[in-house]
Amino acid sequence: MSEPLIEIKDLAFSYSTRPILRSVNMTMSRGKVIAIMGGSGSGKTTLLRLIGGEIKPTAGYVKVAGQVVHKLSRNDLFKLRRKMGMLFQFGALFTDLSVFDNVAFQIREHTNLPESMIRDLVLMKLHAVGLRGACHLMPAELSGGMARRVALARSIALDPMLIMYDEPFTGLDPISLSVIGSLIRRLTDALGVTSIVVTHDVQESLKIVDYVYFLADGVIAAHGTPEEVKGSVAPFVHQFVHGEEDGPVPFHYPAEAYQKDLKLETHFA
Amino acid sequence: MPKRIITSIQAIGHRTIDSIWRLGCAVRFFVLVFLKSTTSFLRFGLVIREIYFVGVLSLIIILVSGLFVGMVLGLQGYETLQKYGSESAVGTLVALSLVRELGPVMAALLFASRAGSAITAEIGLMKATEQLSAMAMMAVDPIARVVAPRFWAGVISMPLLAALFSVLGVFGGYLVAVVFIGVDEGSFWSSMQNAVDFRYDIVNGVIKSCFFGVAVTAIAVFEGFDAPPTAEGVSGATTRTVVTSALAILGLDFVLTSFMFRGVD
Repeated sequence: MSEPLIEIKDLAFSYSTRPILRSVNMTMSRGKVIAIMGGSGSGKTTLLRLIGGEIKPTAGYVKVAGQVVHKLSRNDLFKLRRKMGMLFQFGALFTDLSVFDNVAFQIREHTNLPESMIRDLVLMKLHAVGLRGACHLMPAELSGGMARRVALARSIALDPMLIMYDEPFTGLDPISLSVIGSLIRRLTDALGVTSIVVTHDVQESLKIVDYVYFLADGVIAAHGTPEEVKGSVAPFVHQFVHGEEDGPVPFHYPAEAYQKDLKLETHFA
Repeated sequence: MPKRIITSIQAIGHRTIDSIWRLGCAVRFFVLVFLKSTTSFLRFGLVIREIYFVGVLSLIIILVSGLFVGMVLGLQGYETLQKYGSESAVGTLVALSLVRELGPVMAALLFASRAGSAITAEIGLMKATEQLSAMAMMAVDPIARVVAPRFWAGVISMPLLAALFSVLGVFGGYLVAVVFIGVDEGSFWSSMQNAVDFRYDIVNGVIKSCFFGVAVTAIAVFEGFDAPPTAEGVSGATTRTVVTSALAILGLDFVLTSFMFRGVD
């Protein structure tokens, strides 16, 4: 078996004294789509930021292509990031640049290619996401789904080895949702990249991913292939996959006893 | 000691530490902007583009304000000077007031309100909509690509805008004093020519506006970059830019004036 593209070992991270990740271990192979699922605030996006080197872990490490991310110098980190693409939750397109210029941004910044070649490359990337005809539009003229497709074209502009998707399905209509889902799968297969999809959209992501990790309370609560996940009887996975209101993840945030909080005991005493 | 007093002392302590910490961040940020300015000079087109937004688009407010300030100076100057029979000195009064003080200070205050707030809001919104994070993830340094060009554009634009403010102010004074009131045109210009010294008055005025340009733009880019990524955070940062810039301009003006014009040779 080839060396995994990403290796995460005993990873921990805290915001001041609040622990977000406690001890996370993962390996991600090349050419696969991996989903990281978990409730809101479970540390999914933090994990992406740690992989991208935006923040440093309090313990453990993330290795990407054999390099420990948080130990890299700024220059080496930027070199590594040229081989990474990231799709932000709402696209994060540069609002003062057209669709074309957004996709061309990274190519212009990092290469000295002639403008004619940049044009061809950008149109190819936009064609891959079905938006070649929208290249002259400004981001404000795009729908949410279109903006995310442009951001996807931008993230593959320099043919990365890894693409990270932060909540790519949030707030999309069913058609856009399905389009983004199939694009993630198709681009991963066509470009041979590794894709990490952070999401809580169970139904859509289970259709396209190769492997799923569930994050809860800062650790990996469960993992497996989509088939294993669907058939799992583990209480947390069952609750999450079926969207049950109560279970290991309680409906109520921890609090004092209800009667005590309403001072009913003293009232009737 | 009562608990309330202890809490108050603690709060003052926290605020002091926070302020010093923030000042340290601002200085560190400022040094980083300088260190990462190479891109701005190698790709000067980026700075030119920002000069259009912060300089050219501020022209209207600067020119119109300059004209009105000059007209008011002409009126007030004539009103006072004619009591002593020195109405021909109105040209001197208008020109010296503008090139030494009002030109650099008023232009900087207007620049802070028009361009400084816009720079803060733009950078703050880029942060709130994750555009700066996206840029960093694309291995492009946001300080080099977004902040430094805006900073240098402001530094370059400020003295030019202040100069235009003074020119329009002098023209406004001329309009009121000479054209409307009827002060002798020859004495208006000659008294101005005799009184205004290039090195002592004009160069010092330009130096002042350069200092103001650095102060206002540094505050604007720092507040934008440091803004909490929320609507409330960006609006607070924009307000802070205008208020802090105004205080910095007036404070700096006093310090610079005390070095430049001490009334002794």
